[in-house]
Amino acid sequence: MLGRLLRARYATLFLLAAIMIAVPYLAPSAFYLRVAAVVWVFALAALGLTILMGYAGQVSLGHAGFLGLGGYAVAIGPARFGLDPVLCLFLGAALAGALAFLVGRPILRLKGYYLAIATLGFGVILALVFHSESDWTGGPDGMAVARVTVFGTRLAGAATWYWVTAGALLIGAFLALNIEASPTGRALKALHDSEVAAAGAGIDVGRKKLAAFVIGAIYAAFAGGLLAAMNGLITPDAASFMHSIELVAMVIIGGLGSVLGAVVGAAFLVVLPQALTVLQEYEQAVLGLLIMVFMIFLPAGIVPTLRKWLLERLS
Amino acid sequence: MAEFLQLVFSGLTVGAVYALVALGFTLIYNASDVINFAQGDFVMIGGMGTVFLAAAGIALPLAALMAIVAAVIVGLLLHRLAIEPARGASPVALIMITIGASIFIKGVAQLVFDKQFHSLPAFSGDAPIALGGATLLPQSLWVMGVALALFVALYLFLEKTLLGKALRATAANRLAARLVGVNVTIILALAFGVSAAIGAIAGVVVTPITLTRYDVGTLFALKGFAAAMVGGMGHPLGAVVGGLLIGLLEAFGAGYISSTYKDAVAFVVILLVLFFLPRGLFGGRTVERV
Amino acid sequence: MSLLAVEDLGISFGGVIAVDGVGFRVEPGQVFSIIGPNGAGKTTLFNLVTGIYTPHRGRVTMAGETLTGLAPHLLARRGMSRTFQNLQIFFRMTALENVMVGRHLSERTSLLSDLFGLPASSRQNRATRDAARVLLERVGLGAVADTLAGALPYGALKRLEIARALAAEPKVLLLDEPAAGCNAVETEAIDHLIADIAKSGVGVVLIEHDMKLVMKISDRVLVLAQGRRLAEGPPRDVRENPDVIAAYLGDHGAREADRAGA
Repeated sequence: MLGRLLRARYATLFLLAAIMIAVPYLAPSAFYLRVAAVVWVFALAALGLTILMGYAGQVSLGHAGFLGLGGYAVAIGPARFGLDPVLCLFLGAALAGALAFLVGRPILRLKGYYLAIATLGFGVILALVFHSESDWTGGPDGMAVARVTVFGTRLAGAATWYWVTAGALLIGAFLALNIEASPTGRALKALHDSEVAAAGAGIDVGRKKLAAFVIGAIYAAFAGGLLAAMNGLITPDAASFMHSIELVAMVIIGGLGSVLGAVVGAAFLVVLPQALTVLQEYEQAVLGLLIMVFMIFLPAGIVPTLRKWLLERLS
Repeated sequence: MAEFLQLVFSGLTVGAVYALVALGFTLIYNASDVINFAQGDFVMIGGMGTVFLAAAGIALPLAALMAIVAAVIVGLLLHRLAIEPARGASPVALIMITIGASIFIKGVAQLVFDKQFHSLPAFSGDAPIALGGATLLPQSLWVMGVALALFVALYLFLEKTLLGKALRATAANRLAARLVGVNVTIILALAFGVSAAIGAIAGVVVTPITLTRYDVGTLFALKGFAAAMVGGMGHPLGAVVGGLLIGLLEAFGAGYISSTYKDAVAFVVILLVLFFLPRGLFGGRTVERV
Repeated sequence: MSLLAVEDLGISFGGVIAVDGVGFRVEPGQVFSIIGPNGAGKTTLFNLVTGIYTPHRGRVTMAGETLTGLAPHLLARRGMSRTFQNLQIFFRMTALENVMVGRHLSERTSLLSDLFGLPASSRQNRATRDAARVLLERVGLGAVADTLAGALPYGALKRLEIARALAAEPKVLLLDEPAAGCNAVETEAIDHLIADIAKSGVGVVLIEHDMKLVMKISDRVLVLAQGRRLAEGPPRDVRENPDVIAAYLGDHGAREADRAGA
C-alpha cells in the first residue's frame, strides 16, 4: 500500500496539500505563515529548475534572473503603465518565457561547464540591468510593489498570501508531475542520459531543451512576481548570482528531478536562515558548508534517498 | 590619445589580476577537471590577510607572506576535504561544491575579519608617473611586474622541472601519469596549492589599487573564469591573453561607453565567445565520440 | 531507386582521411554487412550516414531523397534508426521506458496536453507502453521490462538498443556490432532477430566482427580497409576475393585481437 503510494503519480500532490492544510494548524502565527509562503514561492521557482535540470539535465546558474524579471514586471507594470498587477504577473511570465526562448537556443547548444558559465553570465547581466536602470527599477534600493487586488478584494495578510502561494505551488507541482510522466518528460529524460540516442530516436534535442528552459523561466518569473507582490518590494538582490545558486542548491539538496525534492530543498534553505537568525553572522558559513556537505555525501538529495530507503524497507 | 593610453594602463592592471585568477583556474582545471569557483577567494585571503596581519603590527612583507601561506593552506584543505571525497562527481556537483566552498570561505572571512572595505599602502608611494600624457600609478607597475614574474615562474616550473612535467602529464592523461609512477593525489594537491598562492599574491599586489573586502572574490572568480574561457579552457597562454583582453575591454567600456555596465563586459564577452567560438580563442575543435 | 544509397562518402579528421569515397546500396529486406579491421572506418561510416558527422564529400539518399547533412533526428523521421557500438542507453530509465522513448516519432501529443495531463497524453502513454512491451518481448527482454537499464547485463543492453531502434518502425536499421560481447546462445538469438527484421522488409546495415554470423545472414558484404572499399559482393565472393584474403591474412593477428577485445 505504502509502496504503491510512493510510486503513484499524484501522491506528491496529496502529500503537499495535506502539509499545506496542516501548517496553519500546527503553526498558527503570521510569522510562520509568512515563512511558509516564502517556502512555497521558492519551491515554485525551484520546480522550474527541476524540469530543466532534473528532467532535461541542463544546468542554469542564472535562473534568479528570471525570478527578478517576474518581480520587476509586477512592480513596473502597475507603477509605470497603470496595468493590473495580476495581469502583470502573467505578462512577466510571458516576458521571461520569450526571453528564454530568444537566448535559449545558443546557450543550450553548450554543455557542462560552458553551459554553466553562459547561464551564469546571462543571469549576472540581468541582475546588473535591474541594478543600473534606476529610472525603471529604482536602482540598488529596488522599488515598492503596489498592493494586489483581485475581484475587488485586496490581497493582504500572511494567511491570504499563504493560500495564494500554496495554490500556485500546487498548480506548479501538478504541471511538473504531468510533464514527468508524459511523452515530453520521457524525451527530456532521454536527452539527459544520451543526446545522441535521443536524437537517433527522432527527438529534436535542441527544441526539447529549449522547451524545458522556457518552462523553467516561466516558473521562476511567476515565483518572482508572487514574491514581489507578497513582500510589496523588489530589489536587484532577487536576481543575484547568490539567489541563482540557492535555487540550484534547493533542487539538488532536495533531490534532482523530484517534485517533492524541490519543495523539501526550498523549505530547507528558506527555513534554515530563519532558524539561524540568532547566529546571523554564521549564516553564510553554514550555508556554504551545507551545500558542500550535501554535494559530497548525499549527491542524490534528501527525497530520492529517503524514497529508496523506504522502498527497500518495504520489499 | 592620452585618454586611450590611460584606459590601456588601467585595463592592463586589472587585466593582469584577471589573468592570474584565470591562470589559477587553468592550473586546477588541467590537473583535475574541476572548475574552482573559490579561486577568487584566494585573492581575497591574500589581500584581507595582509591587511589584518599588518594591522596587528607585523611588517608588510612578512604579513603578505603569511597571508599567502594561509591561502595555500586553505587551497590544500579545499582539495583534501571537498574535492578528493567527491571524486567522480558530475561537473554540476563539482561546481556546486566549489561554490559552496566559496560561500563558506566568505562566511568565515566575515567572522575572522569584518565586513568593511580595506586598503594597503602602495608599495612604492602614490606619486603618479607621467607617461605619454597619461599617468600610471607605481602600484600598477607592481601588479604588472609581479604578474609577469609569476607567468615566467609558472612557465619555467611547468616546462623545466620534474614536478611541473608530472603536473602536465597528469593534465594530459591521469591514468597514464599514474601508470608511469606519478603520485596523482600529490600532483592535484600541488595544483590547488600553487593556484591558491597565485591568487593570494594577486590579492596582495592589487589591494592598494582596488581595495578588498570579504566578498570581493566573487567578481574576481567570475571574471577570471570568463577570461579562462575566452582563452579556451585549459590553455595557460589563453588564460593570460583572455585576462588582459577582458581587463582592457572593461576599461574601454567604462571609459568610452558607460561605467554603469563595467561589470557586465566580461559576461557579454563570454557569451559572445561561447556563441561564436564555443572552444575559446585558443581551444581546438573536439569531435564527439559515439 | 534503392532504399538507401550511399555515394562517394568521405571525411577526414585533422588531415587524416577516415572514410575515403565509400559507396553502397541497400534494398528493402536485405542484410548488408560492413566488415573490416578496427580503424577501417566502419563506425565513422555509420556516423556519416546517420548525420552525426557531416561528410566532406558524397551523398546519402533514401528512396531518392537526398539526406546528406540533415540532423540525426530528421534522419530518424525519414525512417533511419541505429544502435551504437559503445552503448547509448538511457541508464536512468527502465528497460521499458528506453523502448518507449524509441516510440517518440509515433507519439502525437502536444506540449500543452502533456503539461495539463489531458486524456490525450494518458492515452498516448498507454499506446506507447503497449507497443514497447511487444518489442521487449520480441527481443526476449519481457521479463526485465521494469528493471532499471543501468542494472542490466551487457548482452541485454545490446538487445535493448535493437528494440529501441525498432520502436521507431524504421525503413533502414543500422546495427553497430550487435553481437559484440554476446555468448553463442545470445548470438544465435540475434541472428534470428536480424533475419526476422529483414524479412519484414526493413533494410538492415550491419557492422559485425563475428564472421560466422556475417557470412550466414548477409545478402551482401562490404569490406573496408583504411577508410576505403576493398571489396563488395555476396558473402561467398567476398570470402574468396584475393584482396580480402590478403588483407585479412596480413591483418590476422589484429583481427583476432579485435574479436577478443570487442
